Amino acid sequence: MDGFWLAALKVLIAFALLFNIVLVLVWVERRLVARMQNRIGPNRAGPAGMLQTLADGLKLMFKESIDPRRAQLGIYLAAPVLALIPALLIFLIIPIGAPITIGDTTYDLQVTDLNIAVLYFLAMSSIAVYAIVLAGWSSGSKYPLLGSVRAAAQMISYEAALGLALVPVILYNRTTSLAEIVAAQGGTFFGIFPAWNIVLIPSFIVFLIAGFAETNRAPFDLVEAEQELVGGYHTEYSGFRFALFFLAEYINLFNISALTVVFFLGGWHGPVFGPTFLQYLLPIFWFLLKTAAVIFVFIWARASLPRMRYDQLMEFGWKRLIPLSLVWIMVVMVAVGLRRFGLPWS
Amino acid sequence: MIEVFVFAIFAAIAIAGALVMVIGRNPVYSAIGLLTTMFSIAVFYVLQNAHFVAAVQVVIYAGAVMTLFLFVIMMIGVDKKEDTTEQIPWQRPIAIAVSVGLAAVILIAGSRAWITGRSVFGVDGINGTIEVVADALFGTWTLAFLSTIFLLTIAAVGTIAMAQYSPRRPEEES
Repeated sequence: MDGFWLAALKVLIAFALLFNIVLVLVWVERRLVARMQNRIGPNRAGPAGMLQTLADGLKLMFKESIDPRRAQLGIYLAAPVLALIPALLIFLIIPIGAPITIGDTTYDLQVTDLNIAVLYFLAMSSIAVYAIVLAGWSSGSKYPLLGSVRAAAQMISYEAALGLALVPVILYNRTTSLAEIVAAQGGTFFGIFPAWNIVLIPSFIVFLIAGFAETNRAPFDLVEAEQELVGGYHTEYSGFRFALFFLAEYINLFNISALTVVFFLGGWHGPVFGPTFLQYLLPIFWFLLKTAAVIFVFIWARASLPRMRYDQLMEFGWKRLIPLSLVWIMVVMVAVGLRRFGLPWS
Repeated sequence: MIEVFVFAIFAAIAIAGALVMVIGRNPVYSAIGLLTTMFSIAVFYVLQNAHFVAAVQVVIYAGAVMTLFLFVIMMIGVDKKEDTTEQIPWQRPIAIAVSVGLAAVILIAGSRAWITGRSVFGVDGINGTIEVVADALFGTWTLAFLSTIFLLTIAAVGTIAMAQYSPRRPEEES
């Protein structure tokens, strides 16, 4: 039963952490985008506007949630929850720090270390598509339906690229457990460069681009293209139901950034020194710092890149990213094989 | 004990999903029913300690295949009224006969023997399912595995060829 309570505690902490991260994340994004667009951004609620997200959340909670007359009510109500669940579930496998040893027991700083974590992540992100598709369909309105048809096509296409980008990582690290992938990125190359998976540069780039598409963020935000589709799949959603979609979107942004760090940027590895408590805290700090850097790239891209056209999006996914990842997989496969077994004739 | 409990719940969900899929008037509800069933089957795999197979089930069936179904349903037109009159009059009695027969076969076989005990791969823990599946696929059954790959590739190429085929020459369309 001990394990049960530990897991329950971890889940609780993970949720509290995640919701607080989202609160800060939304504020950071609004401030940063405002700066890049030569505006000021939210600056009234709390110091430098930090409480703006909280205020907006409360406002949405008290607003009326409207049921459209032509909505398929059951699915219409389930969709926002369905959007949130995979986002929360993905976070459970992310190791946010080095294992901590207290007494004789070692605690992993992740809720659960699945040995199929990579596949679990892909499975959950493929489930996330349904929320958007069903939300758009069940609203019983044109624009959401168009948005969700786009979402289905876009997310299937880029999920293939996302999965293919991870194959070299699995080949290179020879494991699918996130804890082991991070552990494999310890050490250094030639004593100076950290031995991160970033050496798999094509994979890193494909993963990042596919990540933009999976989180439906600019330049791939055709799913909710305001100028064409009013609000996309969540046009008919109001009040707290909309807030759930919003929440899921930002949790997904954090997840994909954190996973980029786990897969390619060495996870929680970084210089560690000082007394024991600092040795436990520094890995968490490095992890969050790297994640913040990746999130900054996401926000930066949103502020600077125009939205792609739909045919460009599809062509880019199928004719550029997927062939590139396939070729790269073969290269890595040969390299890994040579490193492990030597030359075929030797 | 908890295994039986979880199995009972998800077995009920799987059957309910299958019923919704068959009975549902709206194709979207049918698709959701099928999705529920496939997801429950993934839970069964987890109960059997086949975590890898469960993940693959969700990624491929629940993720890719069903999303594609939903996409096609939405593309073709969701709210179109379907013609639900019977086209093949003898279809219903035959379907009932076949399902009753299948149920009888399962019950008779079940009363004789159930496959129980350890898994054939000899793995009980949650670790190592990928290694074991890989061993079986790339070791014991390499030839069958490669033949399947060929079959699927041929099927894909055939589909593309048929979709691309048009009696006119390609230059004429623009």
